[in-house]
Amino acid sequence: MVVTLSKEVKDAPAPGPPVRRKRRPLRRDWQLYSLAVLPLLFFLVFRYLPMLGNVIAFRRYQPGGDLFGEQWVGLRYFTMFLGDPTFWQVFTNTAVLGALTLLFCFPLPIVLALLLNEVRTRWLKGFVQTVSYLPHFLSIVVVAGLILQTVAVDGVINQGLQALGRDPVAFIQEPGWFRTLYVSSEVWQTVGWGTILYLAALTTIDTDLYDQAKVDGANRWRQTWHVTLPGIAPTMITLLILNIGTFLAVGFEKVLLLYNPLTFETADVVSTYLYRVGIVSGSFSYAAAIGLFEALIGLFLVLGANTLSRRTVGTSLW
Amino acid sequence: MVTATRGYRAFQAANAAVLTGVVLVTLFPFVNIVARSFSGEQEIRSGQVVLWPKGFNLTTYQKVMSDPVFWANYRNTVVYTVVATVIALVLTTCYAYVLSKRELRGRTVLVGIAVFTMFFNGGLIPNYVLVSSLGLRNTLWAIVLPNAISVFNLLVMKAFFESLPPELEEAAAVDGSGTYGTLLRIVLPLSKAVLATMLLFYAVSFWNSWFAGFLYMDRQGLFPVTVYLRNLIAGATGGTDNTATSEAALQIAANIQAVTIVLIMLPIMLVYPFIQRFFVSGVMLGAVKG
Repeated sequence: MVVTLSKEVKDAPAPGPPVRRKRRPLRRDWQLYSLAVLPLLFFLVFRYLPMLGNVIAFRRYQPGGDLFGEQWVGLRYFTMFLGDPTFWQVFTNTAVLGALTLLFCFPLPIVLALLLNEVRTRWLKGFVQTVSYLPHFLSIVVVAGLILQTVAVDGVINQGLQALGRDPVAFIQEPGWFRTLYVSSEVWQTVGWGTILYLAALTTIDTDLYDQAKVDGANRWRQTWHVTLPGIAPTMITLLILNIGTFLAVGFEKVLLLYNPLTFETADVVSTYLYRVGIVSGSFSYAAAIGLFEALIGLFLVLGANTLSRRTVGTSLW
Repeated sequence: MVTATRGYRAFQAANAAVLTGVVLVTLFPFVNIVARSFSGEQEIRSGQVVLWPKGFNLTTYQKVMSDPVFWANYRNTVVYTVVATVIALVLTTCYAYVLSKRELRGRTVLVGIAVFTMFFNGGLIPNYVLVSSLGLRNTLWAIVLPNAISVFNLLVMKAFFESLPPELEEAAAVDGSGTYGTLLRIVLPLSKAVLATMLLFYAVSFWNSWFAGFLYMDRQGLFPVTVYLRNLIAGATGGTDNTATSEAALQIAANIQAVTIVLIMLPIMLVYPFIQRFFVSGVMLGAVKG
């Protein structure tokens, strides 16, 4: 009650310019702040404490011992993994998978959105959208199960090969096939869902621009090129920045579900390697050093892509 | 309307063909897995099952559904999903409401605390060490607490609250309603659509999650059903590096895998046609402000 009263009193003589930000005393807003306590506790404990926990990358850590390690060892673990050929192998695998994913999963939703945009039959467009979003809602374990069943020796792909008179291929055990499996299933999972933001952007393009283009004698193709694409360019750039930022964060869970020792050569990525080194084998500090390295690269990639796009095209995330 | 030139009509035909192809390719794995789930093991082994069950039978369903571990894990998934979704929804709503108050002192800092975690996180090992040293292993809190707020969902909700007309809350404040009362009696009743969207976002993500259960649960009786499926398919990838699944190393029959996959997908597939539009509107709301 007191709280509310003081608000009225404060608010009464304040018809000033809206830009002026009033200093609201803590006393009146305590209820609002109290709502933030538990969420802040969550961020502190489960987001920021693990960031500090990365200090074990520079300290010797005993499983079950102190959360922040026992003793400083400096950059010991960093020099260790930088001299570890397996690390460079998995780093290369990560970069290749990330690059292939970016190459296919970034442009294909744009293409699909443009194709959907040309569909004049409403129910048909809606139906294609509904179907193409579906894989997004599946558990990654289910996706992995579907992939394994599809490419199994008795699966559909091998049935097709046999119909063509070819020998069956054990896709899941062939290092040469892993990247194809990974990227094509990634396209299957993400291409439909990826169209949503583009379709939204497409509806915001001013129809007058199309009319003017028509007056200038532009056909559908030239309209797409000169009106539609520039119209969705900001969305494209934003998503490209985000994609570049998560470039190295290839689907850890999917790789973990799909790889096996026979395909490590191409399938093992930084995150799965540090999972095995850290959690399966118990070298926590070594794995934490690798994880910190990866996270820092990710952060620099986002910042770098963002700065680059702000300088060149004037669009940025913040 | 466009003057339909011959070229454009040809394009329309090609476009329809391409989109039909997209639909078929997307749906095919689902049809195939359902066909396999009703087929005999011999027929699957000899590569006969494509779109329609061969050697139709229901015994695989009976077999999987009579496995007590499967049901125990299925029940775990339901419990984990319900508890996690409720907690996530409450925390997200509270924080989003605070962040939506533009004139609040320190708001920028509070937003920054959340947004920074989108671009930098502690990583697997420190999280694992933390959850273990908090003694959360083998409890449902290991699944619930580390994922209690999704920053994306938080921003969606914040954007929604910001779009509400401030006059309503001001009127409530004049009538002597405190922050809690205003939130409960004025704001939340106006936010049913966004609450439903958040509920679905969280419920689907917790229903689908497996890695936390896999990482932090040591006993089979505590697994979510996704880990149950993971252990089935880990046997099928031929060799795994995890010792906890040695019993799964033997080849699990494809029809059993198929049935388990179908039963895990089923709840989501049943509600999917009705909830899909909520997701789409949620994503767009997030994109405007996020």
